[in-house]
Amino acid sequence: MAMMRALPGSFRIALLLLVLLAALPFFGSAYGMRLGTIACMYAIMAVSWNVIGGFAGYPSFATAAFFGSGAYCGGILLGKGWPILAALGAAGLLAFVSALLFGIVLLRLRGHYFAIASLAVAEVLRELTNAAADLTGGGMGLNIPLAVKGSGSVLGEASFFFWAMWALLMTAFVSVRLIQTSKLGFGLACIKQNESAADMIGVNATLYKSLAFAFSGVFVAMAGVLYAAWVHYIEPGDVFDVLFAVKPIVMALLGGVGSPAGAVLGAFAFLGIEELVWRNYLQIHSGVLGFLVVVLLLFLPNGLMSMSQALRARFAGKAAG
Amino acid sequence: MPELLQLDAVTRRFGGLQAVQNVTLNVGQGEILGLIGPNGAGKTTLVNVITGVHRASSGRVQFEGRDITPLKPYQTARIGIARTFQIVQPFPDLTVLENVSAAALFSQAGMRQSVAREFAAAQLEFVGLAQMADKPAFSLTLAMRKRLELAKALAMKPRLLFLDEVNAGLNSTEVDHAMVLIREVAARGVTVVLIEHLMKVVMTVCHRVVVLQNGALIADGTPKEVVNDPQVIGAYLGKKYAQLGNAAAAPAAEAP
Amino acid sequence: MLGFQVILNGLVLGCLYACIAAGFSLVWGVLNVINLMHGSFIVLGSYLAWGAYNTLGFGPWTTLLIAAPLFFTLGYAVQRGILNRVIAAPVLVTLTLTFGLDLMLNNAMLVAFKADYRRMILDPPLGTWSWGELVVPVDRVIAMLFALLLTLALYLILRRSRIGRAIVAVRLDREAARLMGVDVPSIYATAFGFGAAMAGCAGVLLAMIFPISPISSGTYLGKAFVVCVLGGLGSVPGAVVGGLFLGLVESLGALAFGPEHAVTLSFTLLIVFLIVRPHGLLGKRGFE
Repeated sequence: MAMMRALPGSFRIALLLLVLLAALPFFGSAYGMRLGTIACMYAIMAVSWNVIGGFAGYPSFATAAFFGSGAYCGGILLGKGWPILAALGAAGLLAFVSALLFGIVLLRLRGHYFAIASLAVAEVLRELTNAAADLTGGGMGLNIPLAVKGSGSVLGEASFFFWAMWALLMTAFVSVRLIQTSKLGFGLACIKQNESAADMIGVNATLYKSLAFAFSGVFVAMAGVLYAAWVHYIEPGDVFDVLFAVKPIVMALLGGVGSPAGAVLGAFAFLGIEELVWRNYLQIHSGVLGFLVVVLLLFLPNGLMSMSQALRARFAGKAAG
Repeated sequence: MPELLQLDAVTRRFGGLQAVQNVTLNVGQGEILGLIGPNGAGKTTLVNVITGVHRASSGRVQFEGRDITPLKPYQTARIGIARTFQIVQPFPDLTVLENVSAAALFSQAGMRQSVAREFAAAQLEFVGLAQMADKPAFSLTLAMRKRLELAKALAMKPRLLFLDEVNAGLNSTEVDHAMVLIREVAARGVTVVLIEHLMKVVMTVCHRVVVLQNGALIADGTPKEVVNDPQVIGAYLGKKYAQLGNAAAAPAAEAP
Repeated sequence: MLGFQVILNGLVLGCLYACIAAGFSLVWGVLNVINLMHGSFIVLGSYLAWGAYNTLGFGPWTTLLIAAPLFFTLGYAVQRGILNRVIAAPVLVTLTLTFGLDLMLNNAMLVAFKADYRRMILDPPLGTWSWGELVVPVDRVIAMLFALLLTLALYLILRRSRIGRAIVAVRLDREAARLMGVDVPSIYATAFGFGAAMAGCAGVLLAMIFPISPISSGTYLGKAFVVCVLGGLGSVPGAVVGGLFLGLVESLGALAFGPEHAVTLSFTLLIVFLIVRPHGLLGKRGFE
């Protein structure tokens, strides 16, 4: 529990990185900005996942469900002419409330059973989206009109979405950090360690878990709205992709489960690796990615942070000896 | 003595098994009540029904005159009922202080984290664990974990406290220390229900003893009355104890 | 009459589902590992059948004899060399690890065979059987019978053989089994080997009926999930009951709501079962 200690070093590093990142549009590279936007989006997913997966210890695969439903909710509302802020608010609220309600039922399950149920929710939502063609365009996908009118240049639009995603990430990051140090975060830590004992000292576990689930969904759904508005076209197989459920977990594992700062760093590292692999091994990129996941889990089970700690410990040992 | 806890014909079934049968029992304010009985008699199940882990299949549980039968564990924890577990249940990776702070924080409405910590530190002082405050709970010895359990329970400011085998596995010095603590807790005005196998503790600490066998109450009285009750002797203590007569002087014997 | 035909189709499908899920359920029940490679193992088995038929002229029934030991060895090696290292880690780690392995295996198949669907066309074709208005393709019936045989074989191995008893003992109480001298890591590897062998053999049988593509692995994995949850975990009879149940629900559901809703239906069923009856139709309580 880091609840009452001073800000950990990784938190300051992550914060510094985030602030520096905000300057990205001034370099004016379209590619850099695309990458930066995705980096923020991934980080939102990983940071959010930590609330349910890291703090509460429930292996959620629902990120894809939140992202996909957010993207569709946003896409449909933007298509009806809603302003983007209103669409963001609506999608976030919908995700929060439905996660709270679904959570009461789903979070009675533990371990593998919860993992599967959360994965199945995304599958069902995808099929429903496919089926509700009147509203969603079904398998044909959904075109989304330009959300920022009068922004002028392509680059101008790109920087708008970058900053929007960045601002959302900052909001998510600070919120999750606040949750971690709050009574809610403390209660989740108790639930993770021993749920029945937490119940016995007065933690309303059902409520707390559902809140954690809701907070793990709200920012992801809003990221989905921004994504839909940014790319102008979404289809069910794209936004409900199972990879969106798994990647945040890998990122959190990379950064060390339960640390919001670690999740941000893990997301950036993951995107870097993914981009390198994409560029160099297009044909076998998923295989290489799989290989990296396997290596990570076998040799760095506590994430990249543990590697730096181990190195530091080794150097400290040498200096002393 | 005003009644704090009233059980009215409480029964709990698991499938065909009646783990608790038709138990009617009152616990008075300020009492130290011993709850004894052979293994599998339903003692822990009875506590589970009172604290809301299991819901009574029939019957009613009242606490301070209020019907608490349908309450969940986290709700009974918040109205002043605390317990320690037979098998200790700390949050292993949290520090000792965090463990106790959690109990103070979540059982009291409107409690602030900083206040909870101060209160928790005071409880650790009381049970003699202050110097372990910053150690993770998993690093404690069994005797220390038992005291941690007690500190957690006390941090909940209980009016009714169930101590489920707090002395099991402790050596005799540790048991003596625990008995002092139990008396001090009672002196603070906390009503204590002691589930205990060690007769030495039951005989010296408890004001009143009830005996549970196969889920049903078979005796209720002072410690002396109970150990001389032929039904109890036959059913539970065996002939050996009957001959000993004054069981208060008996050594700390494990129940069968 | 249409009703009978639909039920018959459902039963045929159900037997195949049982075979798909039996090995998956074994691994999940004994090792507490969800093997996300199961779907890819099945597809690999289908490719084996396809290759053996096209190059060597082996019928699927012959290929079964090769597939079983081959996949057993593969599974044994994966468990022994990789999964046993993290077997004590939280659920999240083993899940993500098998996911990574599956990415590798699936990608390898994509590179080797491309994503387009292949078909194993038996020559001469086996034709169909009909009773009155009821019609069944013979290849389906044969696949179904072999699927039942394989499932029965697994059941008998677990029930009767020494190694099978050891697997069951580890499932029931790992510590007690260890104290009685059971080599637990080796039993884990053996159980995983059986799981892989069942997947590979199921793949061989499915090649007779369905087109083959690496893309199908997700669908097969999904079926295995659903069947396990419906039937109850870690028992062969559970997989059979769950498989038949799912087969019937899918064919009747397709009749009632249209075939495009089959997936929605089965996953909705999955969620409902997880919530209402998480121990499945046959399983016992006490899951984690």
